[in-house]
Amino acid sequence: MLNLVVVLAVVLIIAILIALFRVSTLVGIVKGDTQRQVPSGNKVQAFLLIVFMVVGLGAFFYYSFGGLNDDYVQPLASEHGVITDRLFWITMAITGSVFVVTQIFLFGFSYKYQHSENRKAFYFPHNNKLELFWTGVPAIVLALLILSGWRAWVDITGEAPEDAEVIEVVGYQYAWSVRYGGSDKKLGDYDYKKIDATNQLGIDFSDKDAFDDFIPRELHVPKGKPVLLQIRARDVIHSVFIPHFRLQMNAVPGMPTRFWFVPTKSTEDMREETGNPDFNYELVCNKICGKGHFAMKYTIVVDEPADYEAWYNSQDPWLKQNADYLSEVPQNLQEAAQIAAKLDDRSEPSSIDGIAVSSTK
Amino acid sequence: MSVTEELSHHDDHHEEHHEQGFIAKYIFSTDHKVIAKQFLITGIIWALLGGALSVIFRLQLGFPDLNLEFLRPLLGKWISSNGKLDSEFFLALVTMHGTIMVFFVLTAGLSGTFSNFLIPLQIGARDMASGFMNMLSYWFFFLSSVIMFVSLFIETGPAGGGWTIYPPLSVLPQAIQGSGLGMTLWLVAMVFFIASTLLGGINYVTTVINMRTEGMTFSRMPLTIWSFFITAIIGILSFPVLVAAALLLVFDRSFGTSFYLSEIFIGGEALPNMGGSPILFQHLFWFLGHPEVYIVLLPALGITSEIISTNSRKPIFGYTAMILSMVAIAFLSFIVWAHHMFVSGLNPFLGSIFMFLTLIIAVPSAVKSFNYLTTLWKGNIVFTPAMLFSIGLVSFFISGGLTGIFLGNSALDINLHDTYFVVAHFHLVMGSAAFFGLLAGVYHWFPKMFGRMMDTKLGYLHFWLTFVGVYLVFFPLHYIGIAGFPRRYYSFTNFDAFSTFTDLNTFVSIAAIVTFGAQFIFLFNFFYSMFAGRKAPLNPWKSNTLEWTTPRVPGHGNWPGAIPKVYRWPYDYSKPGAEDDFIPQTVPYSQTTSSNFPHENELAKSEGAEEGGAH
Repeated sequence: MLNLVVVLAVVLIIAILIALFRVSTLVGIVKGDTQRQVPSGNKVQAFLLIVFMVVGLGAFFYYSFGGLNDDYVQPLASEHGVITDRLFWITMAITGSVFVVTQIFLFGFSYKYQHSENRKAFYFPHNNKLELFWTGVPAIVLALLILSGWRAWVDITGEAPEDAEVIEVVGYQYAWSVRYGGSDKKLGDYDYKKIDATNQLGIDFSDKDAFDDFIPRELHVPKGKPVLLQIRARDVIHSVFIPHFRLQMNAVPGMPTRFWFVPTKSTEDMREETGNPDFNYELVCNKICGKGHFAMKYTIVVDEPADYEAWYNSQDPWLKQNADYLSEVPQNLQEAAQIAAKLDDRSEPSSIDGIAVSSTK
Repeated sequence: MSVTEELSHHDDHHEEHHEQGFIAKYIFSTDHKVIAKQFLITGIIWALLGGALSVIFRLQLGFPDLNLEFLRPLLGKWISSNGKLDSEFFLALVTMHGTIMVFFVLTAGLSGTFSNFLIPLQIGARDMASGFMNMLSYWFFFLSSVIMFVSLFIETGPAGGGWTIYPPLSVLPQAIQGSGLGMTLWLVAMVFFIASTLLGGINYVTTVINMRTEGMTFSRMPLTIWSFFITAIIGILSFPVLVAAALLLVFDRSFGTSFYLSEIFIGGEALPNMGGSPILFQHLFWFLGHPEVYIVLLPALGITSEIISTNSRKPIFGYTAMILSMVAIAFLSFIVWAHHMFVSGLNPFLGSIFMFLTLIIAVPSAVKSFNYLTTLWKGNIVFTPAMLFSIGLVSFFISGGLTGIFLGNSALDINLHDTYFVVAHFHLVMGSAAFFGLLAGVYHWFPKMFGRMMDTKLGYLHFWLTFVGVYLVFFPLHYIGIAGFPRRYYSFTNFDAFSTFTDLNTFVSIAAIVTFGAQFIFLFNFFYSMFAGRKAPLNPWKSNTLEWTTPRVPGHGNWPGAIPKVYRWPYDYSKPGAEDDFIPQTVPYSQTTSSNFPHENELAKSEGAEEGGAH
């Protein structure tokens, strides 16, 4: 019944609107609108255009300079971010001014030169000087922007410093994992065919550098030190995006990528700065990757360098937590593996041998 | 005038046409005007569908707590038992919205409609070079539309990997359901679509080169024709690359090859594929994808040039510069594609090269904007709805174009890539600008299409609701983008960094719904005026171009008598010394001695000589 009433109401409203439309059309014919070359609403339209411009630009300035409830600039916490943010705001100043001036010209001219019977338009088909001028000026301004952008880009994408902390970040549906090199600070090899339910990253234990690698639950990085992220993906393309670091790089299956940066504020610093005691840096997936794309989060902790060292040294090698995988270590490296993985060497060698033999077939 | 009489002799056979049946006339028609209308109406239907999809996902984004149970009759199992939209179907909605809008509305609906309709009418031809190919072009598009439409209703849902269909996501049904049958249908539909575009494009180019009427030199062609001509060339050169990319994707999906796949572990098993590169697909895709942006935009700019000039009663400023900048944009559009891939893992050196090339393309775009502004300057502007939509287009083109300077800068793209900043950018500069070009074209050429006028007041109302609406939808997205909100996110509640802007997102959604609703005013105006609108005068906008010299409703062959001859460029508006404020292209210089420039008086003499010679 209610549905019927709604449908009838809609039909009635549409009928009224059509009737109004017909009446206004007929009135227009009586008033001679149809004979006119220039529509009767011409002045009104010109006026509306100028009103739109004034209100629009007013709102633009109001909301750009603090009128929004929410802050649209994420607090910044990386060294290269200082450069790109500065470049961003320089570009914003230039394009913002061009935006305002050209929109004023567009709507201003439309208003000022609205149709008048007493005037004839100015026949002005071309002017080479003007055209050269507005080819040249944008070209020069753009060249300057390109050059500064290019210098920043080359610095950001250049080789990471030798002493950078190397951390592997791996994306998969719908989570992230990170791996550290352990006490030798070297990441071991991986092979996607070795991935299983436990060895999620496919660590290849025939490489001795892998023995002491550890896989923590959060991504820790030291404040003020260069960090190199080595990025890969297991299944589809993901993207490592950390807004606070102004950092983004796709994670591509079959093609490792990298990004290095220097964090400048520890999580504690940031909690103070934002006044939010629960603040955490977040790693965001920013390449469409399926159903859970919007929930693919990982927590990042920026430590003071000393805290970072302490945390680093307190981590157990993955191999220690999953001693079964000793079986994948070649015979001649068994001992080295046990030492590197801080495994108790009193475990029974015979059983390990047995598994090792079985896994070599 | 004796020339035209003489010319009429060998065109007489056009008069002998017997009346065609309904099917030959309206369905399997080879008449370019009917085909144009077919493209237009199919495009409008797609636009409604594409818009409706965006309303559904805007409901999710703007009102995350809303119970969407009322959509169940439409979406069925994609609404969960507690009334929520399925997050995988959300991705399918985004994907199909993009695909539909970019290809089916703004490529076929815009270029297909106006290239078909205007090329023969504005260059003075009886029809396209090949009417049959033209008919095939529409019917391939129709077939493609049917397949794409069907894919919306299959059990596993339509393609869901984004309109850019990056592999491996688009290859692996294990990764997302939409990559099953939905993706197959997507690829099949796109192959037919590309066949349609190529058939159309080859026809447009051939027609423009070969079938211009006497006197219609390239330097006298309206900018609309120039834009369609250049667009068709871009399409012919770039769309085949998408076929190649799609074909390799089909091989990877169905025949076990590894063009794009390498070292993948999914669904508990390691796939055997080794050595492929997902980046290869991105290169191939964007080699079409970027020119595609200009395939969408250039026709809109051409239409706008024509409308702004006519309604400012002024020649377009910098006719040659407009053509050269279109040619420059077309050329550059082929060598900027990798700016979509700055953070894809591309070699940073290539990133530098593509940043340089990309920002160069801003120069011809800037020239075009300034030329529009100068055309308005000291004009005598008539605000028809078409003119308002054209002014709106220029406004969007500037607003959206400027943000391209951020995104083309690889250092800034690091933080802006795939955020709402990008969404705001391309929806303004490409989506809304091209859409406004389409609407401006419909309002302007409706009298020629259907012989009747659309209602001006409804046109005004439609313009204001849409113009304000589009800005209210897309301008706020810049702020959300600067804050780093990623696109294609079902919800933002999982991240502390994105816990803000819930009010603004609600606001955007409301604006989107209102803007979508406003399009029904247009629909009413369009269909009502088609049958009951006021009968159009022959030249309602006092325009110079050839289409307004045809009868009110041009029949098969366009001109009942001889094809008119062209004597001048199409932009002689408000020429000093002229009687009226416009001089159609068919008026010889010898009849306008009072307004001729010295070199035109020379031309007038040679006109006389030719005429003498013809006798």
